[in-house]
Amino acid sequence: MSLAKRIIPCLDIKDGQTVKGIRFEQLRHAGDPVVLAEAYARQGADELVLLDITATQEGRGAFVGLVQRVAAVLDIPFTVGGGIRSVQQVECLLQAGADKVSINSAAVRQPDMINALAAAFGSQCVVLAIDACPHDDSAWYVYLNGGRMATGRRVEEWAAEAVDRGAGEILLTSMAHDGTKAGFALELTARIAQAVPVPVIASGGGGSMAHFAAVFAEGHADAALAASVFHFGEIKIPALKHYLLDHGICIRSDYLS
Amino acid sequence: MVAIFKYNAGNVRSVQFALERLGVSSVCTDDPAALRAADKVIFPGVGEASSAMQYLRQRGLDVLLGQLEQPVLGICLGLQLFCRHSEEGDTTCLGLFDTDVRRFPAFADTRLKVPHMGWNTLHKMQGPLFEGVKEGSAAYFVHSFYAEPCVGTTAFTHYGQHFSAAIQHNHYFALQFHPEKSGPVGQRILENFLNL
Repeated sequence: MSLAKRIIPCLDIKDGQTVKGIRFEQLRHAGDPVVLAEAYARQGADELVLLDITATQEGRGAFVGLVQRVAAVLDIPFTVGGGIRSVQQVECLLQAGADKVSINSAAVRQPDMINALAAAFGSQCVVLAIDACPHDDSAWYVYLNGGRMATGRRVEEWAAEAVDRGAGEILLTSMAHDGTKAGFALELTARIAQAVPVPVIASGGGGSMAHFAAVFAEGHADAALAASVFHFGEIKIPALKHYLLDHGICIRSDYLS
Repeated sequence: MVAIFKYNAGNVRSVQFALERLGVSSVCTDDPAALRAADKVIFPGVGEASSAMQYLRQRGLDVLLGQLEQPVLGICLGLQLFCRHSEEGDTTCLGLFDTDVRRFPAFADTRLKVPHMGWNTLHKMQGPLFEGVKEGSAAYFVHSFYAEPCVGTTAFTHYGQHFSAAIQHNHYFALQFHPEKSGPVGQRILENFLNL
């Protein structure tokens, strides 16, 4: 085997609970994050992402506590993100036990933050999240605030700059595919994955096991992220791993019987 | 008592949590007396080689590390600092292992993503740390530099080329991957170290 493709469930956290927005709206509850994180690790998730979508200060403080409780039970790596604005905030999250942080809007507004984080903590823990949307000219552009604000920046250009500045991984979400369960953005993912020297996590649109196989084989993704299909048991991770193995995708399978 | 070696390149929290899951308490310290007195010493590391070595030398901790008599476990950067030399910052390291540390070749030459990040498999494992660990088990790696295979290599992993996933010399053990983040496989390896 060589380096395994990773399966990453994403837990959206609001006020200490896991939620998942359909097209980032209409939130539904999907369980206690600590319990869910541990269950995913046991099922063979390769990594987890915890995304804080809480808007209030109190909620943000609680998130650090949650990160620490998750770190205590989890024996696989996890990334935390959502509303990260400062180096101090990142230090706090890493000290709580997170392995990586994902930054999005703040990195677009102050790109130097990527350099600062890479210098302070190393590129390996700096994940740049990009929310992408296609325009009429068929090019993909970077959006902020959960897809509500256009930046006018091309995705490939921003990804390349961020990697130059020290981002160690790209979490690439297609806003056009997110919540649709109609498959990942294969062409966009392939283009970015083949252009940057760091791993690319594909996100948005994973609805069937075949979609995951496609994003690895055709999309050249290093990892694939999804939320509700895992939270609501529509795709079970052991079954997905078996499926990918049968389709010639290199995955971590030593725990499978 | 297990001592976690405190210096400027630790990922101490995750290692402590992993030990707690095994029911083992640990102390994180740079006190020479406490480090010498511990049953086991863990030397973790996430960081950069030259600044880590500089920090250790300024405090005489490089000498102390080489004099420890109990089982010592280096993790990630810890493994690299146990080698002779690292290409990261052109750094002279501790020289406990008879090998050198090189950078993975650039993406433009190989299409290999660097850092080598994620789950990769362990092969030809030898020695007490790998007791009960099956050939081809996967462990979690995050690194841009690797130790070349040497006589002390006790596990190999392939990423572009074979490199040392684990090295042992006498009572000095080291792992390039993160056992504290490598699920049941990593837990077994940590348990084996604690049972030495």
